[in-house]
This record gives sequence, structure tokens and C-alpha cells, in this order.
Amino acid sequence: MRINCPHCGPRDSAEYTYYGDASRVRPSLTDTGVEHWHAYVHERNNVKGPMQEFWHHLHGCRQWLVVTRNTATHEIGAVRFAKSPVSDTAGA
Amino acid sequence: MSTQSFRHTSGGRIDRTQTLRFTFDGKAYTGVAGDTLASALLANGVKLVGRSFKYHRPRGIVSAGVEEPTGLVTLRSGGRREPNVPATMAELYEGLEARSQNAWPSLAFDMLAVNGLVKPLLAAGFYYKTFMGPFQKSWMWYEPVIRRAAGLGVAASERDPDRYEKINAFADVLVVGGGPAGLAAALAAGRTGARVTLAEQMPSLGGALLNEPAGGAPDNWISSVVAELRALPNVIILTRTTVFGAYDGGTFGLVERVADHKIEPDAGEPRQRYIVLRAGQAVIAAGAIERPIPFGNNDRPGVMLASAARAYLNRFAVLPGRKIVLFTNNDGAYATAFDLKAAGAAVTVIDARVDGGAIASQAAQQAIEVIVGHAVVETHGSPLVQGVALSPYDIATGQCDNGFRRLACDLVAVSGGYDPQVHLATQRGPKAVWDAKRACFVPGVAPDIQSQAGACKGSFATADCIREGFAAGAAAAQKAGATGKPGELRVPDALTANDGSATFVPAWDVIPPKGLREKKRFIDLQNDVSVSDVKLAHLEGYVSVEHLKRYTTLGMATEQGKLSNVIALAQMAKLRGIDIPQVGTTGFRSPYTSVSLAAIAGHETDMHLRPVRRTPFHRWNEQQACVFIDAGLWKRPWFYPRSGEDVNLAYRRETRQVRETVGMVDVSTLGKIDVQGPDAAEFLNRVYVNGWKSLEVGKARYGLMLRDDGYVLDDGTTSRLSEHHYFLTTTTAEAAKVMSHLEWLLQTAWPDLRVHVTSVTDQWGGVALAGPNAKKLLADAIKDIDFSNETFPYMGVRQGHMGDIPVRVHRLSFSGELAYEVFCPAGFAEAMAEFLRDFGKRHSLILYGVEALGALRIEKGHIAGGEIDGRHTLEDLRMEKMASKAKPYVGSVLRIRPEMTSDDRPRLVGLKPVDKAARIKPGMILQPHNGPYKGHGLGHVSSTTYSPALGHSIALGFVIGGASMEGRIIDAVYPLKGDIVMVEVVPPHMFDPEGDRLHG
Ligand SMILES: [Zn+2]
Repeated sequence: MRINCPHCGPRDSAEYTYYGDASRVRPSLTDTGVEHWHAYVHERNNVKGPMQEFWHHLHGCRQWLVVTRNTATHEIGAVRFAKSPVSDTAGA
Repeated sequence: MSTQSFRHTSGGRIDRTQTLRFTFDGKAYTGVAGDTLASALLANGVKLVGRSFKYHRPRGIVSAGVEEPTGLVTLRSGGRREPNVPATMAELYEGLEARSQNAWPSLAFDMLAVNGLVKPLLAAGFYYKTFMGPFQKSWMWYEPVIRRAAGLGVAASERDPDRYEKINAFADVLVVGGGPAGLAAALAAGRTGARVTLAEQMPSLGGALLNEPAGGAPDNWISSVVAELRALPNVIILTRTTVFGAYDGGTFGLVERVADHKIEPDAGEPRQRYIVLRAGQAVIAAGAIERPIPFGNNDRPGVMLASAARAYLNRFAVLPGRKIVLFTNNDGAYATAFDLKAAGAAVTVIDARVDGGAIASQAAQQAIEVIVGHAVVETHGSPLVQGVALSPYDIATGQCDNGFRRLACDLVAVSGGYDPQVHLATQRGPKAVWDAKRACFVPGVAPDIQSQAGACKGSFATADCIREGFAAGAAAAQKAGATGKPGELRVPDALTANDGSATFVPAWDVIPPKGLREKKRFIDLQNDVSVSDVKLAHLEGYVSVEHLKRYTTLGMATEQGKLSNVIALAQMAKLRGIDIPQVGTTGFRSPYTSVSLAAIAGHETDMHLRPVRRTPFHRWNEQQACVFIDAGLWKRPWFYPRSGEDVNLAYRRETRQVRETVGMVDVSTLGKIDVQGPDAAEFLNRVYVNGWKSLEVGKARYGLMLRDDGYVLDDGTTSRLSEHHYFLTTTTAEAAKVMSHLEWLLQTAWPDLRVHVTSVTDQWGGVALAGPNAKKLLADAIKDIDFSNETFPYMGVRQGHMGDIPVRVHRLSFSGELAYEVFCPAGFAEAMAEFLRDFGKRHSLILYGVEALGALRIEKGHIAGGEIDGRHTLEDLRMEKMASKAKPYVGSVLRIRPEMTSDDRPRLVGLKPVDKAARIKPGMILQPHNGPYKGHGLGHVSSTTYSPALGHSIALGFVIGGASMEGRIIDAVYPLKGDIVMVEVVPPHMFDPEGDRLHG
């Protein structure tokens, strides 16, 4: 499996580490709702099909990426920097 | 030395001028260049090559390729010994040494063949029942016997002296298979300019065309295509290379047997090369494997696939038999009869079909007897085939009837049709689909970047293979972005005739007629699985193919269903009264054929397995006779022995000396992160549980970080070097994790914060100087820093110079002594160490390692890796008072859940043995004194040491009740060894609890 890093280009998945669902929304730091944080930290959907995921280009540019991966086929779709919502997208 | 009495004087694709000597079971033979071990054995008339897995029945060579189920041998000896090599794939070389397997005491006289007489013991499900049944204990008794009797070859126990290599490769188009379809595909893709890799598992290109008589139209076609391919600079041809796996994203696993055909690799040459190839597109032209027909005693040496018999004749000029029965259900196998007849053998064709059609007439014209509507019911002879029984046969039901007659022969060539090699296609997901018209499984929807061509897609005629291959190659190149034109590829007329194998009528079983006792009809010759085993599985309620496989061991080991899978499915379908597609088929997983672990490991062995991290003081430490210890990837100084000292003597001396004078320890492995930016203080305030906004420039602070879920992630000190510049340290163990964590927060949670983090672990060397003389020593060594308590207090940070070396000095203490950490740019580390050692002489400086470092910190109750293990909360560590109530921070919400702060959780304590001579061991479980001992008890021991200051063993641990347990006696137990040590629970700070020593 290769991931097309917007900074480094297509690189083997061995260069990356995985950090799961990127669609969940992190509560704001000042949010004191235990349920909100519990949901964010622990609750996951078991998606079959395209899923937005965090991948860290650990052995590359060290950017956190949002990668669209099909969990059924491992097909990699759009990839973007986590810190920039939609720009800098590498080709699907 | 035996002669090659079955070798023809002409024909074949061998070099008779090069005689090669080899041994099989210690006996000397000769072959010629171009032989495989199998062909050389057959040339010498050696037909018995092994004993079967369970029953130790005599077994011979069945095939001429990777599908070989029984002709498995152990090659070479010593560290180069390799078991389970198909003799059909082992190229002959001068000095080859091979041994048969599963025979004891010898191949010809096998004591364990009695297994065949007590077969109920080893019928299907034997293993399963033995493991799972009421007699589980009996496995203890059976196991050594079974291990000796069953199983394949034995792996080498010595070290393999050869090199293995692993490389990454890229191609626009990967073509799998160098037969007619693959060659045509590579040519079409190559002509477009695409980067093409063509991989062929055999030593020569040509595939099934190499089974045709040498020197004819097929050879001319192969050489013209190969010549054109070799002239294309964008085409890489790999022979002896198996594409064993297809993975995500166009990744393929290949193994190239670079030197397996030599007695040993040339200097510098790897034995095998593992290639990870990323392909834009892949054309699979993996061919087909001939399907056997199960009949009685079909495992006897002398029963062979028809295509193999033809291969031995036309590739190797070996006549596999002189009086041959060919049993077929298709036209294609007649070619074998024609060629063997022309080579001088007597041939009788038993055609399972009612009507042999035109091809049968053609055979009759060549004086080949053809008996239609009959089947070979069984073979006889011992140990080799001496004849067959044949009966009138109903191909639809598999039933024989109306008696039988016998026919003498020395070879039974069988063809039950062909099975496309759908392996690589199904590895990627889509299941193979049953093609009722062609009576075989073909690939389902072509997965991702794959396309198929030729026999692996069910197109068996040579002309179809070439046409499909060429079209698939051109299409793949275009999809991969090539713009050149593939042109045309004409199929020579001589090759268009070769399409007789197009159709066949499946023959799934041969049930003997009345009056002929039923003999074992093997489906999987390697694993001794017969028709009756499938019946037994069905009787016992197994309906799924996967379960059938596990129950009977069908398709295990190297067989992997290559010859057995489809027949077993058909039998299961018949027993269940359903169609084959309804039974389903098993998916295939990589590898297609056996891959040596050495090839996968490649060069990543020994010190190359993982990188070694050395601190910038490493060489200097070596010069000080340091003994190192592995800590993750790091080599850390463990202790510095003086003459006669072991680790225990050395670290106790080092620990004592630190508290008496001064010691120096290499702390370069601490994670170091440069934090810069206008929002750095805000950032630190969010990631640490304590407050950071008030930290002044020139000061350091201890901090604890939590994960989002509220557990402690790491601790360390961070200093403020200037207004927007902080120097953060982490523990050695968690350095990488903390760095990723900080990047994660900055890039995903708070991208608005103007902060950059950079790992500078390797850029800074560091030592800690601890002990009463530390200040005096540093004051001598560093002239531009005032070390007085007033100007440089505890937790102060100063920058200055040691000679010309720029240094950062942090006044903090892990040991509880007056102590400093001194950091310098890594390149100055050795110079700084020399400097400090010279200045240290007059202050009785000693060097200490991590063992003493641990003793010092455990005496002080300071937490480290044993305590920060990702499972503890602030309360567990008794550090909850550090947490700010005035601000939110990572983990601040979830850490206060009731379960996290409950008093039922084990909390940090110190432990002292009641008997001062007793030793507390790491990992001991803490239980109530005198029991009852239950489960996880009260907690566990996390860190232990001998305390020179206290004069006995001490430990840190976690106990339910924490501080309230202080003064109580509990038991530290090690159930595996039966150790029980009575310990007193004490506060974690076991030495100098008031901290007086810190201030010197
Ligand atoms: Zn990158």
C-alpha cells in the first residue's frame, strides 16, 4: 500500500503510522463534558468502504495527513495535510 | 555409477556435452546440463523418490513443475540444507546432493509403512480428534511418534552461510509468466516504451511451448520474441523468479532464485533476492496446471501427469516409460501419446469419453491403441507401477461396471483437464468463478490493476494465449500511461493448430466395478488425503470447504490445492448433491509457492535487523571500559567496571560514590525537543498538567503529560531559554511517542498556535553531574557561569562555555543530590567529557551508568519507565497535586472519571524487605501477608534495586490503598519460582525524604 503524501509524493505505507478515524471532531480544550471526550477518545464506527483516516508521515516529512482509504479494498483516495482543511490535496 | 539408460540420444533442451555428477540418498548418478533433479533421476530410472506424509507409501515424480506434490527432497547439507524442494524445480548442478524425505530407516525399506496397515489411526480427523477429543493427554504420547513419522523435511539447524537480498523495484507493467501469453504481453507493453518487468519462475522462457518437441516452430517463435524483448532497454526479464504474492496498491512479492542452481553462490552474490515490486499495471499470464483423475492406487510411482510425461521427453529427452497407458478425458493429452509413440514407447490411450472424435482416429492411424469409454480403475505393482486395471466407465457418474481387465505398463500418464492458475487474482479478493462450459475455475472480475491472459484465464489454445497476451500487454501499457504503439504480432500458422486441449469432459472420480476391491484414490498425494477421507468428513457433518481442508489436511504444506483443490470440491459437491459453484472455492493467499524465510529477511539480520543508536559519548565511553546495555535501540552505559567487578559490585560502588563525591552519567538518550514560537508557553500549558505561563527565562520546570484518556504519557523537565524558545526533555523510552503527540496536537487540534517543534535528541549530547562536589567541579570547568546558590538556584538554567564549548547547564536532580545536567552540541561531546574528566580528578569524579542511575532514583522514589507504563493515572503516581485546577490541559476531563481516581486502584509506594538480606525481584505480585493470594493481588513491583545508602534491597511498586498501607507488611510473590518475600510498605522517598542534599 502506498500513500501519496502531498509533500513527499507516493511512499510506502511502512513510512507512515496510523491513527484511525479522522472524521471524529475533537472537543475544544475548554469543553468539560466527559461524554464528549469519551465519545471522541473511545467511540469508533467500524467502517466498510471509504474512510477518512489520520496517517502520520513519521519517516518522511512528519506531517499528519488525512487519507481517504477504502477499508474493504485498501484503495487510497484523496490525501491532504491535517492542518489545512481542504487545500494541498494530492491526486486521488 | 549408474547410466542414464532412459535418456534419448537426441532431442530435448539439454546440453549432453556437460555431464553433471550428483548424489541421491548417497548414491552417485550423472545427469546433464539443463536437467532438473527430477529429470536426471528419471533418466537414471529412479522412480521411487519419497515416502508419503502419513502412510509412508512409496511415491514418485508426478509433475514437471511447481505443482509437484510428492517428489520433495532435501537439498544440500549443513547450513545450506533446504527441505521440501520439489525435485522438479531443482536445477541440476555439478555436486548436487539430495536426500529423500519421510523414509526411515531407508527409502526402499520403510519401517513406518506399517502406518498404511493401521490406517484408521491416521484417517482424516486424526489430528483434530487427538487434540480435541476426550483423550487430549494421549497427544503427549503420540506426539514424538507422529513427529518422527509424519511431517516433511527437516530445516537446517546450522547457520545459513549465504547472503540474501531484498530490493525495491518499480514497473509500469509487470508481466507474470513467460509462456506464450506472457511473452506476447511483455512484447506489446515493451514496444510502447513502458517500463516492463517480465517474471518467469522457470529458468527458461517459453512456458508450455517448451513441452513441444525441440527445434520446431514453437522454439522459433520463442527465440524471435525473446530476441526482440532483450533488445528493448525498457524491458527487464527475470527468470527463476516467482511472483508469489499480490498486495495492496500494485505491490507484488517476487523471489528470484539467483544462485539456487549453483553449488554455492559466486563471491558477493546472494542466493536469493526478494523483490518488492510496485507495478502500475500487471498482466497475469500464470498458465494452467493439469488436473489428475483419482483412481485406485493412483499414488504409485509411475503415475504421472500427461503434460509432465511430455515435458520429460521434449525438454529433457527422458523417456519416462517404455510401455505407457495414457488416461485422458480430453484431446490435448493425445499430443503426449503421439510424442511418446514417436520416441519409441508403446502407448495405449484410455479415453474416458464415449467418443474420442477425430483425435482418436488420428491416434489409431499412428498405431496407438485407443480404448474409449473406459477408465483406469487402479494400478498394481510394488513399489512401482507394473500395470493397470481398466473398466467400462460412465464419465458422468464416475461409475465403472461390467468387470475389468488388466494391462501391463510401466507408466500411467493422466490428464483430467486443466486448472487455470487463479492464485494471484484471488489473492486480491475476487473469488474465482466456475466456468461450466470449460469445467474449471477462472478468475472473477479482474481485481484492481490486474488483467489476465492465456491459460490462467481458461484460454488453453496457444494462438488464443498469444493473441490475448498481446492485447492485454498493450492495454496495460496504455493504462499505465505509455503512449507508444504496440504494432502487430502475427501468430505463426504452425502454432494455430495447437489447440486440442480446448474442451474436456470432467472425470471427478473412478468408482471401481463390482468384484474389484476398493483401493485408496488419492486426491492430495502430498498430505495423503483420499476420496474416502472427503466422504468421512462429509459423514461427520463438514459442509464448508475451509472446514474440509482443516479436517482432512487437504491442500496443506506445499501442495496448497494446486492439484487437489478442484477435485475435492467436486467430490464435496457430489456428496452434498449440489453443484460445484454452490460448494464454493477457497480463496488463495500468498505465497503461490514456498518462499524461504531467509529471502524475506534479506539483509536484515543480526546488527542489520534494527538500527543501533549510539550517544555522542559512545566512543569515549568505550575508551573508559564501559559496559553497555540495550535500551530500545540505544546503547546506554550500564556500568564502568573496575578490575574484578561485575555489574552488582560496580553499580553499588558507583551509587555510593555519587552520594559521597560526584559522578557523571551520559544522559544523551533523553528525548530533546526544541519548542519555539510566540505561543510556546500557551502550548506547554495545554500539554502539561501543571502551569507554564509563569516560568521565567532561565528557569526549568518538571512537567507531566497525559494522554487524551487521562493516563500519564510521560514526564520530563522543560526549560525556558528565551522568551519564545523552550527546551523540552522526555524520557528515553517515550521520546518518539511524545514527539508524534506534540506534532499531532499542533497539526490537528490547534493549528492556529504559532509554535514549531523539532526533535534535537541527536543534536545535543548531555551528562548529569551529581553529588556533593558537582558544583565545585562545574565552577572550575565553566568560567562564565556563576554557580552560587543565589544566582544559580535549583531549577535554574544557564548558558555558558566550557573552554570553547557552548553548554547549557540545568540545575536539576534525578538522584536527589546536588546535581546539574550539562548539554553541548553533539560534536563537542567527547571534548566536553575529556574536559570534565580532567577537572573532575581533584573532585574525585567517577563515571556511573544506568544501573547506578536507577538505584539513585529508586532510593529517592522518582518515577521512570517502570512506573510510567501507560497504565497509571496521576493519582496512581501520587502526583495529582501537580495538576492545575485553573486551566484545561490534555486529559484533564477524562482523568477525573471515577474509575481513574478510585481508591481501589494500586498506588505508588516504596517497599523494603523485612528480612534485610532478602531480594525483591522486578515484576513480583503483591499479595496480603499470609494470603489469601488471589489473582492480581494488591498490586505489583515496578522497579527494584539494592540500595547502598540503606544497605538492603528496595523497590517501588503499586499497592491498593497506597499511602494508607504504609507501615503494613505484605508479601511480594513470584509464583513461577515459588518465591515469597515479606515486605514493608513505606513512602516512595526512601532516602533523604526532606531533600536536604539537593541544595548541597
Ligand atoms: Zn511526507
